[in-house]
Amino acid sequence: MEFFLESILNGICMGSIYGLTALGLTVIFGVLKVINFAHGSLIMVSMYVAYWAIIYTGVHPYVALIIVVPVMYFFGYYLQDIVIKPIFKAEKDVREPITVIIVTTGVWYILDNLTLLIFGPQYRGIQNNPLRGKMLDIGNMLISVPKLWGFVTAVITAAAVYWFLQKTRTGRAIRATSLDREAASLMGINQFKIYNIAFGIGTAIVGISAVTLVPFYNIFPSVGVLFDIKGFIIVVLGGLGSIGGAIIGGIIIGLIESIAPMFMTATWAEAIVYGLFLVVLFVKPSGLFGVKYDW
Amino acid sequence: MSFLEVKNIDVFYGDVQVIFDLSLEVMEGEVVSIIGGNGAGKSTLLKTISGLINPAKGEIVFEHAPIQTAPPEEIVERGIIQVPEGRRLFTLMSVKDNLIIGAYNSRAEKNVAETMEDVYSLLPKLKERESQLAMTLSGGEQQMVAVGRGLMARPKLLMLDEPSLGLAPILIKDIFRTVREIANQGTTVLLVEQDVKHSLSLSDRGYVLEHGRIAMEGPADKLLDDPHIKTAYLGL
Repeated sequence: MEFFLESILNGICMGSIYGLTALGLTVIFGVLKVINFAHGSLIMVSMYVAYWAIIYTGVHPYVALIIVVPVMYFFGYYLQDIVIKPIFKAEKDVREPITVIIVTTGVWYILDNLTLLIFGPQYRGIQNNPLRGKMLDIGNMLISVPKLWGFVTAVITAAAVYWFLQKTRTGRAIRATSLDREAASLMGINQFKIYNIAFGIGTAIVGISAVTLVPFYNIFPSVGVLFDIKGFIIVVLGGLGSIGGAIIGGIIIGLIESIAPMFMTATWAEAIVYGLFLVVLFVKPSGLFGVKYDW
Repeated sequence: MSFLEVKNIDVFYGDVQVIFDLSLEVMEGEVVSIIGGNGAGKSTLLKTISGLINPAKGEIVFEHAPIQTAPPEEIVERGIIQVPEGRRLFTLMSVKDNLIIGAYNSRAEKNVAETMEDVYSLLPKLKERESQLAMTLSGGEQQMVAVGRGLMARPKLLMLDEPSLGLAPILIKDIFRTVREIANQGTTVLLVEQDVKHSLSLSDRGYVLEHGRIAMEGPADKLLDDPHIKTAYLGL
């Protein structure tokens, strides 16, 4: 029984980290209406930034947030501004610009291979960090400490993003642009600047998720792919553009991954994840927490 | 002296020309109606003034400055505000947030609370509804939010695109009364309408748009008496 509870708690913690990686994706999608295929690569880049920041300064992994968040914000901001925006402008009248999706796929390949070229294929991990391998002992249960930190970070980040979108001037402008681009323009909102900011925020959230991962996860050029597909599933499961949905969706995936292996071969857990994904698409295409509304 | 002057513009949607060599002007403090049937190019004209579409030829001058190539956000900054056709509210945001978004431009942003008081006193219904999501309102209420949102931007020139569209006759009266009141408070209004009788009777001047060209223009009361308008638009 305790073993079962232990799996649940660890599943929730890991799942909330998945949710955090998906949160960045959902923010970007919510505003730009573009599935960002470079998402996994942004996680990978963030992990490298976090890795080098921690290795060079020797600080506690979470202190690296001070470096990673602004670096990734501007990385995302200018990636949208320089690479994606021109394509957007060329397809101004298209509601769901397909070419933009293709461009993000190109960005994915370029970033992954550039990283391979510069840093090589080897796996890196931060061996001597105060969180690595730490376990919290409650009764007979062992809870992973770095994942627990990840859980707390995910909840705080989601709450902060929600507050920002609801209560600030820029947050309102982001929501307005996400609901109706043209009407937002008529309010004096520069939609392309809002796209830049939303992309920056989404990428900064990805940076936060990378910081929660590096204390216990290996870093290598194709690491993003592992989170890429999970991210898409979570976002669709939770409801496109829904902040709470991303975290809850992540936790559902985390729970399946940690509980299912107790009853079956671990590889079957993946099948359950995809099965659930298909069921949700059939039954409630807008996702568990998505608003039934035309994006 | 003209406040807004549109000089000989040609506008295309893709390859299709919608507006042909069109000129019009609006004086400060006036209420001007642009009337015409479906597909005459009325909405296109407003979108062009708002900067959503750029004219292929010609000039648009507002307060002595050419604006035909300026992006929409800059035109809003200058004080031209469009209340779009079909209301286009931010449906999943509260009424209050819709109004606050209206005051996004830098001139309006400094006085949000004050402007909101004015808007609420003009449209008291909105205050009751302020925390409701915009999508839960009735059509007439939504149109009021759209007008209120436009006023929040502190317009020098308010352009209304078919505010009566899809509303019950009694609500149409309400909306036109509100428009007249806005004009009485000193805002210049450019009104695009299919409801010829109501819009001309509250306007100073009118333009009749047919197939992307100005077919007639003149003082509103003269237009109302015109035999062509009587047969073509009023069904008399």
